[in-house]
Amino acid sequence: MPADPRFANYDLGPAFDEMFDTVGEARPQYRALLDDLLACTPQDLRARQAEADKAFLAQGITFTVYGDDQGTERIFPFDLLPRIITRNEWATLERGLTQRLTAINLFLKDVYHEGRILSEGVVPRDLVYSCRHYRREMRGVHVHRDIYVSIAGTDLVRLEDGRFVVLEDNLRVPSGVSYMLANREVTKRVFPGLFNRYNVKPIAHYGQALLATLRSLAPPNAADPTFVVLSPGVGNSAYFEHAFLAREMGVALVEGRDLLVHDTIVYMRTTSGLRRVDVIYRRVDDDFIDPLAFRADSFLGVPGLLNAYRAGNVSLSNAIGTGVADDKAIYAYIPAIIRFYLSEEPILQNVDTYLLAEQADRDYVLDHLDSLVVKAVGESGGYGMLIGPQSTAKERDHFRDLIMADPRNFIAQPTLALSRAACFVDDRIEPRHVDLRPYVLYGDKVTIAPGGLTRVALRKGSLVVNSSQGGGSKDTWVLLD
Amino acid sequence: MLLSRVADSLYWISRYLERAEHTARLVDGAVDLRLGRQSTSGAIERLYGSLGLPPAAVEGQIASFADAAYFDASNRNSVIACITAARENARQVREEISSDMWQQLNGLFLRLKQMRADKSRVARTHFVSRVVIEGVHLFQGITDATMAHGEGWQYLQAGRFIERAGSTAALLDLFLSDTSDPAEMPTPLDQVEWVALLRSCSALEAYCRHYTADVRSERVAEFLLLNAEFPRSVRFAASATESALLAMAQHSGRRPGGRPERLAGRLHASLDYAQVDEILGDNPHAYLTGISRQCAQIHAALYQTYIAYPIESALSA
Repeated sequence: MPADPRFANYDLGPAFDEMFDTVGEARPQYRALLDDLLACTPQDLRARQAEADKAFLAQGITFTVYGDDQGTERIFPFDLLPRIITRNEWATLERGLTQRLTAINLFLKDVYHEGRILSEGVVPRDLVYSCRHYRREMRGVHVHRDIYVSIAGTDLVRLEDGRFVVLEDNLRVPSGVSYMLANREVTKRVFPGLFNRYNVKPIAHYGQALLATLRSLAPPNAADPTFVVLSPGVGNSAYFEHAFLAREMGVALVEGRDLLVHDTIVYMRTTSGLRRVDVIYRRVDDDFIDPLAFRADSFLGVPGLLNAYRAGNVSLSNAIGTGVADDKAIYAYIPAIIRFYLSEEPILQNVDTYLLAEQADRDYVLDHLDSLVVKAVGESGGYGMLIGPQSTAKERDHFRDLIMADPRNFIAQPTLALSRAACFVDDRIEPRHVDLRPYVLYGDKVTIAPGGLTRVALRKGSLVVNSSQGGGSKDTWVLLD
Repeated sequence: MLLSRVADSLYWISRYLERAEHTARLVDGAVDLRLGRQSTSGAIERLYGSLGLPPAAVEGQIASFADAAYFDASNRNSVIACITAARENARQVREEISSDMWQQLNGLFLRLKQMRADKSRVARTHFVSRVVIEGVHLFQGITDATMAHGEGWQYLQAGRFIERAGSTAALLDLFLSDTSDPAEMPTPLDQVEWVALLRSCSALEAYCRHYTADVRSERVAEFLLLNAEFPRSVRFAASATESALLAMAQHSGRRPGGRPERLAGRLHASLDYAQVDEILGDNPHAYLTGISRQCAQIHAALYQTYIAYPIESALSA
C-alpha cells in the first residue's frame, strides 16, 4: 500500500481488490496508473474531476430520476480512475459470454417452438410458462435467423478468488452502453498522458458494430433496409442513450407516435410522406410495444406492430419474449441450458441460486434471510431486493410475507463480496464495490465491446451499483498486451 | 428523410428562441425609455402590453417589470418560458441538431436559471437582455456553421422568420394604430418613442444609415415593414420564409406550387410592391393584422402539408 495520506482509508477487506493483491502490492497492470496518481496533487485531481463532471453536464449526459416530479436531470456520477482488465481475463470473458448467449438463443427458439428442453425435463415446463415475461403470442413465430437476443448486457461480478461470475443476464432492453462510450471519451480528455501509457483496446466503433448487427437481422426481402431506434421518448431515464445510439448509427430516432402499421407494414411519418421501416432497435419493453397485443393503456407503442412482426415484414431487436430467459429463476438453469444445447461445460459460472418455488430451497432461505440476498425474478434496476445482512427485522418479515404469497416470484443468492476498485472520493483514494456489464452484440458474428460498463456503488460499504440507487460508473480498460 | 415530429420540434426551437429574443429587446427598449423620461405618451404601456404582462406589473418598478418579463415562468412569453420550451424541443431532437447547438442552448438555459437564483439580477436588466440576445445570436451562428443546411435547417429558418414577421408586425401595430378611446384626441408619439421602437428592433443604426437620424413615423414604418435588406423587417422575414418553404418542398420531393409556398410568396410579393403612404393613409391596423393573419395561415399550411397530414392521403399518394 503506498505510504501516501490519500490512501490512509484504503483497507483491504475480504473482497477481491482490483488494484492491490492481498499483501497490498499493486497488481502489475495498475502500476503505471498508481505512479501517475501519486504524482498528481490533490488540487490537480480535483480539477480533473471538475472538468469531467462539466463535460458530462454540458453534453447533457444525464438520466431522469423516476418519482421526481421536476423531471430533474442528474449526471451519472463518474469516477476518475479507470478499472483495468488484462488481456487474458478478457479472453475468458469473451469466450464465456459468446457461449452463454449462443445457448440462450437456442433456448429461446426451442421454448417458442418444439420445446425439446421442456419435454426432456431439463427446465421445468411450469417454470417457463409461469414466467411473467413469457409471451404466448410468440409461439411458432419465425424469427429471422433465429436470433432472439441480438443485444445483451450481462452483469458480471468478481468473487473473492478473482473469478468473474454471471449475476444477471439482461436480455430485454439493456441500457448503459452510452455511458461506457462517454466514460471513455471523458477519460481520454482528462487523462491523456496516462491513457497514452497504456495500450487500451478501442471501443469507439460500437455504433458501426451495432448497425452491422441490426443489418444482419433485416428481413430478407428488404433490399435497402431502413433502421430506426424506437424510444419511449424524452421522459425515459435512458433517453439520452437512445438519441446517442441513433446518432452513432446515423439512423432515425423514433417514438411510437412516429410509426404506424398499415396492412402489416410498418411506416414512419416523415415530411416526405410515409416511409417503410424494416428493422426496429426497440428500447420499449414488450408490455408497452403494441397496445393491441399487450398493455392496452400504452401510449408508447405502435398499434399492430406484433402482427407486422409475425408477418415477417419487420425485425425487432431484441425479439419479443426474450425476457423469459433472463427471469431470475430461469437464470439458475442457464448452466444446464448450455450443457443441453452445446454439450459444453459453462465457461462462466453462475452465482448459487435458491429457487423459492422449491420446498427445500424455501425452507433454507426463510431460515437464513439475514445472510442472503432475495430478489424478485422479473425486476431489474436494483428494485424489489432484500439484502439480508443490511436489512431490518421488519424488512425481513415483509419479504417473508411476500415470498409466502408468491414463492415463484423470488429467488435468493448468497450475499456476495463484490470486488472493489480504487475510487477518488473526497480527495482520497478509497475502495468501492463494482460490477461489470459487457455489451454483447449477436448477429452475423458475435461482437463484444472490450470492457463494458463498470458500475460503482459509491456509498461506502454499499453493494448496490444501480444508478437509481446511488451508483456511479468508471471507464473500463481492456489491455492489448 | 425527416420525421414530421422532428420537423415540428426544429420549427419550434427557433420560433421560441426568436420570441425570447424579441421579449428581451422589448424589455431593454422599455427600460431604456423609462429611465430617460418621467412621463411619455404611452409608448411604454404599449411595449408592456405587447408582452402580455398584467397591469400590476406595469404599475410597479422598472426592475420588477423586467423581472416578470424575463423570469415569470407562468407568462408564456417570458424569456425563461421561451428558452425552456426551446430547450425542451431541442432535447426531443438531440440527434438531429449538432452537439454544439445543444450545448449552446443548454448553456443558455442553465445560465438563465442561475441568474434567476441570483438576487442581484434585478439591478442588471440590461445585462440579462444582453445575455439572452447574444445567447440566441450565438445559437443561430452555431446553427449556420455546424448544421447541414438541409431539410431540418429549413424548418429552423421557417420558424425563426415566421415568428419574426408576425411579432414585428404586431409591434408596429401597437405603435401605429390608435387603440385609445375615440372620444379622446390621440396623443402622438414623439421622436424619442419612435427611437425606442427602432431600438427594440435593433434597427436604429441601420435606420440612420438609410434615412439619417431624422426619425419620422412613416419612415420608421417603412423601414420596419418594407425594407428589403434589414433582417428584422417584415419584408425581409417574408422573403426568407418563402425561400425556406420552397426549399422544403424540394427536399420532400413535392412539386413546387404547394399551399405553404404560395401563401408565403403572396405575402412576400405584396410587401415587395406595397407603398407606405397608402398603408398609413388607409387603415394601418387592418393591414398589420392582415399580415399576422397571413403568418398564421402559412403556419397552418406548413402543418397540413408536412407535419400533421392525414394518413389516408399519404397512403394513396
